[in-house]
Amino acid sequence: MSETWIILGATSSMARALARALTERGDNLLLAGRDMDELEQMAEDCRLRGAPVAEAVAFDARDPKGFAVLVSRAEAVEGTLNAAVFVGSMPEQAEIDADPSLVDGTIADSFTGPARFLQMLAPLIEARGKGTVVGVGSVAGDRGRLGNYVYGSAKAGFATYLSGLRNRLTRSGGHVITVKPGFVDTAMTWGIEGMFLVAPPEKVAEDILKAVRKKRNVIYTPFFWRWIMLIIRSVPEPIFKKLSI
Amino acid sequence: MRWKTAEYSGWGRAIRANGQMARPEKRAALTALMAEEPAPAIGMRRSYGDACLNDGGRAVHMIRLDKFLGFDAETGILTAEAGLTLGEITRVMAPRGWLPAVLPGTGFATVGGAIANDVHGKNHHNAGTFAQHVVAMTLLTPDGAEHRVTPETTPDLFRATVGGVGQTGIIASAEMRLKRVKSDLVTVTERRANGFDEFIAMLDSSDTTYSVGWIDATARGADLGRGLLEEAETAGGLVPTPKSSRTVPMNAPRFALSAPVVKLFNAMWYRRVPKSGHTVVKPINDFFFQLDRIHDWNRLYGKNGFHQFQCVVPLSAAAQLRDMLERISASGLASPLAVLKRTGEGRAGMMSFPMEGYTLAVDLRAQPECEALIKRLEDMTADAGGRIYFAKDALCGADRIQQMYPDLDAWRAEVAKHDPEGRMITDLVRRLKLREPA
Repeated sequence: MSETWIILGATSSMARALARALTERGDNLLLAGRDMDELEQMAEDCRLRGAPVAEAVAFDARDPKGFAVLVSRAEAVEGTLNAAVFVGSMPEQAEIDADPSLVDGTIADSFTGPARFLQMLAPLIEARGKGTVVGVGSVAGDRGRLGNYVYGSAKAGFATYLSGLRNRLTRSGGHVITVKPGFVDTAMTWGIEGMFLVAPPEKVAEDILKAVRKKRNVIYTPFFWRWIMLIIRSVPEPIFKKLSI
Repeated sequence: MRWKTAEYSGWGRAIRANGQMARPEKRAALTALMAEEPAPAIGMRRSYGDACLNDGGRAVHMIRLDKFLGFDAETGILTAEAGLTLGEITRVMAPRGWLPAVLPGTGFATVGGAIANDVHGKNHHNAGTFAQHVVAMTLLTPDGAEHRVTPETTPDLFRATVGGVGQTGIIASAEMRLKRVKSDLVTVTERRANGFDEFIAMLDSSDTTYSVGWIDATARGADLGRGLLEEAETAGGLVPTPKSSRTVPMNAPRFALSAPVVKLFNAMWYRRVPKSGHTVVKPINDFFFQLDRIHDWNRLYGKNGFHQFQCVVPLSAAAQLRDMLERISASGLASPLAVLKRTGEGRAGMMSFPMEGYTLAVDLRAQPECEALIKRLEDMTADAGGRIYFAKDALCGADRIQQMYPDLDAWRAEVAKHDPEGRMITDLVRRLKLREPA
């Protein structure tokens, strides 16, 4: 029986790498996002690469009223229903400092929007008794830092939400994977100073699929970020508050 | 669009550029960029010299715009974004019985790059160039406008864009006719050519779909111009044996491609094929993209990089080509990578490279002597009525270009219409003064 994946934020480069990897497995794809032209093209790309079904669906993390369309499309899916969440936005901290209203959008994109959608999707997974949710957080959520603490706090909230959702869905046979990428070579990191050990999006997709196969709970990708973040988390707050890393 | 400052180079790595790069990941971002801050496109940077460089300026990295946009199995027409590589098209489409009608020596080349350089392949003598199979393009000119460019509706813009090294704007996507193949296998026959004249005779009488010669550019005297002629057809019915790829991990030391090593290697490579010749079956990728299996093979030339000289001369100028080969073998700069091929008339653009005749391509380790040798070879090419290939060139001068490319004035006029401010100019165009009025 073929599996179907809902991919939120499907036009991001990590999501696209995952979608292409899933087409190689012969899975069906519901590609959700805001840029419908891009999504339609991406759906055709996935079909030509071998996806039996690939559809573009409108999804805006800041507009929960629109979520029902995607949920009812998901209800119509037969077989295993999975979801992968890549939505998120990271304005520069300086922009947020200048315009505090940007906090709302950042948190809606990275946390409350996808959380509300997954809240609507959870009963469908429970009813089927199977299905995997992949939630993409960030190492930025592991500790608040000067450079991106609004984005980081949204990702931290999302990670806690995913932990709770895992607790819930595991009772009915579902599974939740929290993915914490380090620096990935995407439009978000392109041209930003101070990037190191930057991983290609294809590497993240490969790690996610491995985590799906092995039913992992929380993964860092590439793996060494687990150790980098262990060190960063263990710096005592009196010292950490003076650092600018 | 955020710009990243980086040092980059073409495949030859002998010359480098420092500049800002944007890398749009969505079509809408590319459209916005061209409307606000237009810059020339670069792809996988598989051109060898400075065709893909804009030192001190900006460039738009196209590789994330790499989607299949549509395929019509009735007509065989594939629509693809410009950043999609020909190797990826081959990987996805060959198992379904379709192949790009023209494939250059590397699958890492992008659709956009293949059009902008109007590349040719081992079947040039019967299939022509890549852009001869392009039926339409979406072109974003530096004024932000989007054009549908076809050979019928906009012949001048089409002929200025294909082979036009990016000067009319950025190709966002293209529609191209694929060709039917029986399977993803090729039968290859290899035969020895004992010397230059025999090689030319063998090329002249070859009638297979694909044919290309490897030439020992270090052989002198009676052996001058010896090599191996490879003739191939796509075939069906046998099980392919995929091989894994390898990577050259670091720059090789200087002696790795020193003259005695190359001479020895070439002699062994020549004798690899028995005197009576032989026929083997290969997977399509191994035949078309022989060197792609070794990732970053350009590192074999060491940190100084290398140059490739490629020219084409008319059929009547075989003797002059022999003189050029003599000069190359006497220089001791040649590497094992040298190719001799008979070309047909096919070319799609005003500035396309091919002409009916013979094309010779030789890799040369980047050394101070290279410059003088290539300048001399360039003169000999022009005297023979031939031309040099922009996709390979890094060292030629501007003065013989007009003679080699008779449509240069018409091309220049058409380009000036679409990029009057010179926003698309690259290092190659500056060096060869392609856009400066004569």
